[in-house]
Amino acid sequence: MSVDFTSVQLVDVSRHFGRRRALSRVSLTASSGDILGLLGPNGAGKSTLITILATLATPSTGEVRYGDQPAARLGPALRIRIGLLAHELHLYPELSARQNLAFFAQLYGLDPRSTVGPALESAGLADRADEAVSGFSRGMRQRLALERALLHRPRLVLFDEPFTGLDDRASGLVADRLRALAAGGAIVVLATHDLDLADGLVTRVALVRNGKLVSDEPASSGLRARYRALIGAA
Amino acid sequence: MFFRTAWLVLRKDVAIEVKSLEVLTTTLFFAIACVLIFAFAFVKNGQAPEDAAAGILWIAIAFSGTLALGRTFERERYAETLRALLLAPAPRPALYVGKLLGMLALLASAELLLVPLIAFLFQAALFSRPLLLVGILAGGTIGFCAVGTLFAAMLVRARSRDVLLPILLYPITIPVIIGGVRGTAALLASPVDEPSAIMWIGILAAFDVVFVTLSLWTFEPLMTE
Repeated sequence: MSVDFTSVQLVDVSRHFGRRRALSRVSLTASSGDILGLLGPNGAGKSTLITILATLATPSTGEVRYGDQPAARLGPALRIRIGLLAHELHLYPELSARQNLAFFAQLYGLDPRSTVGPALESAGLADRADEAVSGFSRGMRQRLALERALLHRPRLVLFDEPFTGLDDRASGLVADRLRALAAGGAIVVLATHDLDLADGLVTRVALVRNGKLVSDEPASSGLRARYRALIGAA
Repeated sequence: MFFRTAWLVLRKDVAIEVKSLEVLTTTLFFAIACVLIFAFAFVKNGQAPEDAAAGILWIAIAFSGTLALGRTFERERYAETLRALLLAPAPRPALYVGKLLGMLALLASAELLLVPLIAFLFQAALFSRPLLLVGILAGGTIGFCAVGTLFAAMLVRARSRDVLLPILLYPITIPVIIGGVRGTAALLASPVDEPSAIMWIGILAAFDVVFVTLSLWTFEPLMTE
């Protein structure tokens, strides 16, 4: 079954871990071409939101709709339209860059001969493709992980702190990549603490605090001041 | 897609193990050490106690298997690769099957070493009915690994996973261990008690069907947070 959608919608989503409430009645919509910035302090619920959007967790109440369908109805085919880059890089350090990409390409039903080469070029790792990932710097791993997450050209691209460990130049390249993805019709959701990088990159801002959605508005200049007013010191 | 995914996961685990040899060497070293300690304790003047070999074989399999389960999933915890696997557009139970096959291959290689070692040190006639022995080993190992793989995957992100794994695993796999011990003991009887050995293989096969079915059924809900 082929699945595609042009929007993703959280409807009254709450999530509890035991007695702790990680998310409380969050409603949010992101559409094709959006770069939605999920901003908030540590423990605000950003990563939980990303995990739920990635179908790795289910809401305690409420639902997530991909297009007009809930996740449960779409089944495994939905996951071919989702790409996730989290703080942990989802790479096997013992395997080479090429082996990592080839494994994930095959897992997504792609032909590694046509997908791995361009991805290595894009990560700037073509000349180190056969070296074990364990020998790579954090920045190199991050670039490889980005390509791994995008190998299957997902519609919904979820980034949880994608700028961790990257220098200014690499961060700029990732930001350009996010813009290109959104321009190509992807729905990009970006959870980050880095207000400077988010400012000018995101097209919409969702501010989250204590599991609650404080604000959901189009991005405008002066993100830091807006954040400080709604959340507190950034 | 299901079997292809299971095959890819198995092949990936083998590729990592070929490069690192970490889990294989640890498991084999532990299994051999376990048998040698029992040999030093029980073999006196070149004479091994009767019926000890069956118990020692299954203790070595259970303990080294627990070690291997922990190490195999530790690999998926590092860099949270298990989450990346769960994101793949394949039925999630296929990931379980791939990991289960990897564990079976690992324990099979441990058994290839353990069986001749125990036969030699304890003068046990383990090879008198090789097909029955293979049936008992396969039945017991599949049952043990079926439950162990599910629990090890469940506990990947638990802080006290090393403590919890044996606490959860051993009580549930006791029927399998008992079946393995009794079936092996039937092979070591003089004369060989073939009907009992065949009966225990049947019981182990029944446990395997139940454990694998339950694991396939519960894997996805247990792995989804």
